[in-house]
Amino acid sequence: MKVTDLFKEGKFVVSAEVGPPKGIHIEEMIESAKKYLTKIDAINVTDNQSSVMRLGSLAVCKALKDEGFNPIFQMTCRDRNRIALESDLLSAAMFGIDNVLALTGDYTKLGDHPGAKPVFDLDSVSLLYTMGQLEQGIDLGGQPLEGEAPTFAKGAVVSPCSDSLDAQLVKMERKIKAGAQFFQTQAVFDSERYIKFAEIAKKEFDVPIQLGIIIPKNAGMCNFMNNNVAGISIPASIIDELKADKERTKAGITGTEIAARIIRECKDYCQGAHIMTLGWEDKIPSLMEQAGL
Amino acid sequence: MLITQLKAKETIDALVVGKAFILNCFGCKEVYFPEKCATELQKELSDAGKVTGILTMDYICNPENLKLHLEARKDEIAAADVVLVFSCGVGVQTVAGLLEDKKVVAACDTLRLPGFQGVTPQEFDCDQCGMCFLNGTGGICPITACSKSLVNGQCGGAKNGMCEVDPNMECGWERIQKRLTKLGRLDILKNAPVQIRDYSTDDATKECKQSE
Repeated sequence: MKVTDLFKEGKFVVSAEVGPPKGIHIEEMIESAKKYLTKIDAINVTDNQSSVMRLGSLAVCKALKDEGFNPIFQMTCRDRNRIALESDLLSAAMFGIDNVLALTGDYTKLGDHPGAKPVFDLDSVSLLYTMGQLEQGIDLGGQPLEGEAPTFAKGAVVSPCSDSLDAQLVKMERKIKAGAQFFQTQAVFDSERYIKFAEIAKKEFDVPIQLGIIIPKNAGMCNFMNNNVAGISIPASIIDELKADKERTKAGITGTEIAARIIRECKDYCQGAHIMTLGWEDKIPSLMEQAGL
Repeated sequence: MLITQLKAKETIDALVVGKAFILNCFGCKEVYFPEKCATELQKELSDAGKVTGILTMDYICNPENLKLHLEARKDEIAAADVVLVFSCGVGVQTVAGLLEDKKVVAACDTLRLPGFQGVTPQEFDCDQCGMCFLNGTGGICPITACSKSLVNGQCGGAKNGMCEVDPNMECGWERIQKRLTKLGRLDILKNAPVQIRDYSTDDATKECKQSE
């Protein structure tokens, strides 16, 4: 099911994110999804996230689909050239996986295979364009596809709290012009900053945006993200909240409250939420309840 | 070795909006330069009254030397809407670096030839990709200034303006954004067509030689 159809129905689209394991067993992941993600509209499956080699996104998307979930196939341009990317898009369409999130991808050196060749033959913008070409029944080499052309809900990402918001807005515009139909954002911790971005984006583009959410686990994690993760800016007040009662923080209660509050504050300025659990799938039901979803 | 090849005439015509100051670099022995085609094209532009001046010199990649020459021709440069550079990618970037408030555009694509690379003083780098992107980026090369060599904009990995791959390197696309903002030409970036690189340019060196 295309998430774009859900946006059209006016639904507040909630998605979560799962990272495939470094191995071939996903029973645990499926069980966890069945337990905690049944009220979710779609599940993103990451693509060798942080340049760490793992089980493939497409295979896990297929497994989730077989279990009745609605997967969003994340595709980065780091590991495949245009031939492999186009081929995987066709493979996804053959499996009925029709939500694709286009990303450029982290650099190879940041992961566990630092000597690997970084490909970047295409990037997020040209990958979106490629999907549009395939939808018209033609590949990047100019050759016609046989039979029915695939169709995709074409997604992309944007960092609303980036320290270079202007560059992000230009890139967002280029992604929309290349065919992006919905956006998921980098994790937001500063509602005010997000709302400023959302107002500009609404005025300029009017495209559905899912608010990115990470449930903060503790102060250390926040400090790490502030120092190392691009586009993330966690206010000191949130870090203080996490420091106040270590037991509640450890149990995930404080983090869930914070995440729910951010969703409530931004709800009128987004068309959905995208929750990156980082292993805390079990907090999602409580988060959704507290956020009024 | 490297080869410079003129961009298509329509491309160059579209670049020259208003009047142009033309800069030729004939200097580098390691560069094969399409002198005849360039001269013909420049004569055409000149006859059409679109040229404020032509400067032909050696090694425009040497910024100290170039600065003196540009200073001597500053009135002609000021009278021009665009500075049209016939050189390899290093030369264009050197000119754009010195004329930050001017629209500096490349009339050539630079292609790779195997072998000796020359011993020019290089503050900038040209990867000899064969499809020079400098005209859409304010004269800053996205192939060499971006760790991922992205051609459609910033990746989102920059933190405080620095690259995710090398924290000591400024994000090339933020530099491009700043340069185009300064020139008041952010529209170039917003309206650029989707760029996809052509990696088959190895063979183009032969075609280029034949066309001379």
